[in-house]
Amino acid sequence: MKIKAVVFPGSNCDHDTQYVFGDVLKQDVELVWHKETQIGSPDLVILPGGFAYGDYLRTGAMARYSPIMASVEKYARDGGIVFGICNGFQILCEAGLLPGALMKNACLQFRCIHVDLRVETTQSPLTRHLRQGQILRSPIAHGDGNYYIDQAGLNELIDNDCILFRYSTPEGLILPEANPNGSLYSIAGICNRERNVFGMMPHPERAAEAALGCADGLIMLQSLIRSLQETSRPSVATVA
Amino acid sequence: MKARIIVRLKPTVHDPQGEAIHEGFEHMGYRQFVAVRQGKVFDLELQDMPEEEASAVLREAAHKVLANPVIEEYVIELGEKR
Repeated sequence: MKIKAVVFPGSNCDHDTQYVFGDVLKQDVELVWHKETQIGSPDLVILPGGFAYGDYLRTGAMARYSPIMASVEKYARDGGIVFGICNGFQILCEAGLLPGALMKNACLQFRCIHVDLRVETTQSPLTRHLRQGQILRSPIAHGDGNYYIDQAGLNELIDNDCILFRYSTPEGLILPEANPNGSLYSIAGICNRERNVFGMMPHPERAAEAALGCADGLIMLQSLIRSLQETSRPSVATVA
Repeated sequence: MKARIIVRLKPTVHDPQGEAIHEGFEHMGYRQFVAVRQGKVFDLELQDMPEEEASAVLREAAHKVLANPVIEEYVIELGEKR
């Protein structure tokens, strides 16, 4: 799979992303500086974690107007697969490619811990090969991960099955004490209605090798790669 | 021409920073403050142009960049001697 990961000034998970998708998952990863204007037509675009533009104004607010983003938006609107991790998720929300906004953590602390995530749906490229209700452990490291959307927007997310992950206890219970940042409805990751754009605050790319203490992130990323391989494979049954 | 754009969270949106400041006031002994909400102020200087044109570009800037309409609202003040 051909993957492009955008590098913004202040991105700091770009090389982790390149390492995991390239060295661990054996895919073709290219880093693209944000001042480029053409994203091309890869199989996947990743907006990695970090603090683009130092989080000035609001997280993702300046990055979403970086030169490359017009091309990424067009790529997404044409059905291209876009995955935002942490700061990448914030940028996608600011760009209006995903609904809602990420606000300062309700606890006001920068939370750098491992959390448990409950898989809410398998209807997305990222979660297709996971199990609904499956619990996966993943690190978080953010100060602005408090997902907010108005009531109508939340209803739409639920009705359209767009919530991918919720923060849960290791047993899979959705409780306030398992919610690290005050996110509405304990939301950790979502996709758009068309299901080709998705984002999450946790960092699966930081939990992709047993040596790092947790490899559950690899399970999520393997699911994504497998989904991409299935959809890119020419199929006799493909009828638009 | 000078202008000011005030951005604040919508009243329905929880403001953890405002609450932390409020709590700080309580620790300091200020009991007079019932609530605190935090916002942002942007002072802008524009080139000379008709007021309607300035209002339009300020609205656009506030809506597209300075405020996130999902969570925030804004007020625009336009004046010669701001």
